[in-house]
Amino acid sequence: MRTIKFIAKRLAYSVFVLIGLSILIFIIARVMPGHPARMALGARAPEWAVERLREEMHLNEPLYAQYYYWIKDALHGDFGMSLVTRRSVAHDIKEFFPASLELALYAGIFMGIVGITLGAISGWYANTWVDNLVRMLSYIGIVTPSFVFAIFFVLLFGYVLEIFPTIGKLTPGVVPPPLITRITTLDALITGHFTAFFDALKHLLLPAISLAMGPLSQEARITRASLVDNVQKDYVASERSCGIPEQTIMFKYLLKPSLIPTVSIYGLDFASLLGNAFLIELIFNWPGLSRYGMNAMLQKDLNAMTAVILVFGLVFIIVNIIVDLAVGYLDPRIRLGAERTQ
Amino acid sequence: MQKDSSRQEGLSRKWEDIRRSWYKFSRNPLSIMGLVVICIIMFLAIFAPFVSPYPESASKFINFYEASQPPSSTYLCGTDVFGRDILTRIFFGCRFSLMMGATVLALIVPVGVALGLIAGYYRGSWLDTVIMRITDIFIALPPLILALAVCSVLTPGIFHAMLAISVAWWPWYTRMVYGIASSLKGEFFVQAAEVTGASRTHILFREILSNCVAPIFTKMSLDMGWVILIGASLSFVGLGAQPPTADLGSMVADGSKYLPDQWWISVFPAFAIMLIVLGFNLLGDGVRDALGAERG
Repeated sequence: MRTIKFIAKRLAYSVFVLIGLSILIFIIARVMPGHPARMALGARAPEWAVERLREEMHLNEPLYAQYYYWIKDALHGDFGMSLVTRRSVAHDIKEFFPASLELALYAGIFMGIVGITLGAISGWYANTWVDNLVRMLSYIGIVTPSFVFAIFFVLLFGYVLEIFPTIGKLTPGVVPPPLITRITTLDALITGHFTAFFDALKHLLLPAISLAMGPLSQEARITRASLVDNVQKDYVASERSCGIPEQTIMFKYLLKPSLIPTVSIYGLDFASLLGNAFLIELIFNWPGLSRYGMNAMLQKDLNAMTAVILVFGLVFIIVNIIVDLAVGYLDPRIRLGAERTQ
Repeated sequence: MQKDSSRQEGLSRKWEDIRRSWYKFSRNPLSIMGLVVICIIMFLAIFAPFVSPYPESASKFINFYEASQPPSSTYLCGTDVFGRDILTRIFFGCRFSLMMGATVLALIVPVGVALGLIAGYYRGSWLDTVIMRITDIFIALPPLILALAVCSVLTPGIFHAMLAISVAWWPWYTRMVYGIASSLKGEFFVQAAEVTGASRTHILFREILSNCVAPIFTKMSLDMGWVILIGASLSFVGLGAQPPTADLGSMVADGSKYLPDQWWISVFPAFAIMLIVLGFNLLGDGVRDALGAERG
């Protein structure tokens, strides 16, 4: 019951944030100097046609009325036409989003598992050479821009060692699996196209790792710090004095509370992952929504841009809800605290 | 007379605090390393026109006879496709990055901190609700995406890039200061100031703000690195500084077209970005430990 209340509160709040976000994005898109109608039709279109389009796009009306029309259409899944692809933006999103989701999922899972493992090892062997090595590597991971990682990986694995493909989602010759979920690896597994599965996995590896490197290092550092902090607490000393094996202490008592800061910062790390995807998808020519959004931004395709940002805002809000639930699960104080303040 | 002596006492205690923090800071070799790296980079950046070997390479300059030279004793980091010295451009690029970081922080810290103080002090009122809910909306979007979006609707350029990063970054200060201010609100020293009739501005900016200084400084020294990193990302996709400006992000982007044969064009600027960000990270960690502030 408590959990349900907690979730309901969190969801209601997310709806508010999403509405606010849509207003913010709308304002940003309307700040742009120049005429959207003129841009849509091109420089050589006659004046009367531009004027008619302005009427159609409600550009002559006040800003709040424009927002009303825009959000009404958006709620019906209509984000207008893309100026670049000349197709409906909603259609483009449906086509490109799964690829981005797939990349973000793999990168997110990789970041969680590797980051926490490295952090736990580093914290458990604190102040040994293992710890120092992990800490040094995580410093490098944090300070290196993701696009530098991407370029480095493309060079090393794509050109020098030639073991991984560096462009796109599938090798041109490979038969793509039928579109069910549109997430290539999943579709390939469901339908048993194992050649396609392994090929897709190979294509995913480099972009996913370059995306995950920075946030992964952050996760490792936080996990280490909180583990080192908790090892010094009295309950660990009392468990040791009772003769409980070290492994049991680590996995049963120490790891769970130590993961609270790691999980709470996971949302933030996922944010940098989503942001960096805009650069990484461009570098790896990954046919995802971030690359689409990036191209829309570079070519001032406002309809596509606002829609893409809204989608990413939504994804980020969902990730944050999941993170909040996970933290609530790990840290009963938060769940009960939320109950007490009501 | 008595007032004077008590003021002197307060001043000497302040010095004592600073001395202790510096002692703690200087005990950590990593923090000192960060400080040294930042000092060197700052020196090179500020005096770039005098210390760089080929100052004319900083902007529009073409010398095809020396184009794409690998690193040598004449050109320590090689030259790019226009024959411009990479090392010189890195010095000038550092200048831009540091200026960008400093400007962005100068823009957002006062605004973010003031909003956080006000919202925290008036916790529970409509001011709190309005400020913090707006903050929540800005935080609901990954900073890089927000910065890219703002940048893309404006004409590309260094000033607009700074503006875009500022739009994406101020809420973090508001949120941090809000947390501290709202918890300090009920403390005795704040109540004492209220009872003695101190003005609101005095309470906000003298009593409460002075207790937020340590976390704000910590966050600023760490954020210098992040702001520079985001700035480099914006330039990398062409939304930041425009050619022929020497900018580290766009140098990496331009140079990556000539990989792997002419690796030096992009590798050295990339190293420079990493070194700056590393310096500020080490410095920030050191400041945090020395001031005993929580992670911001």
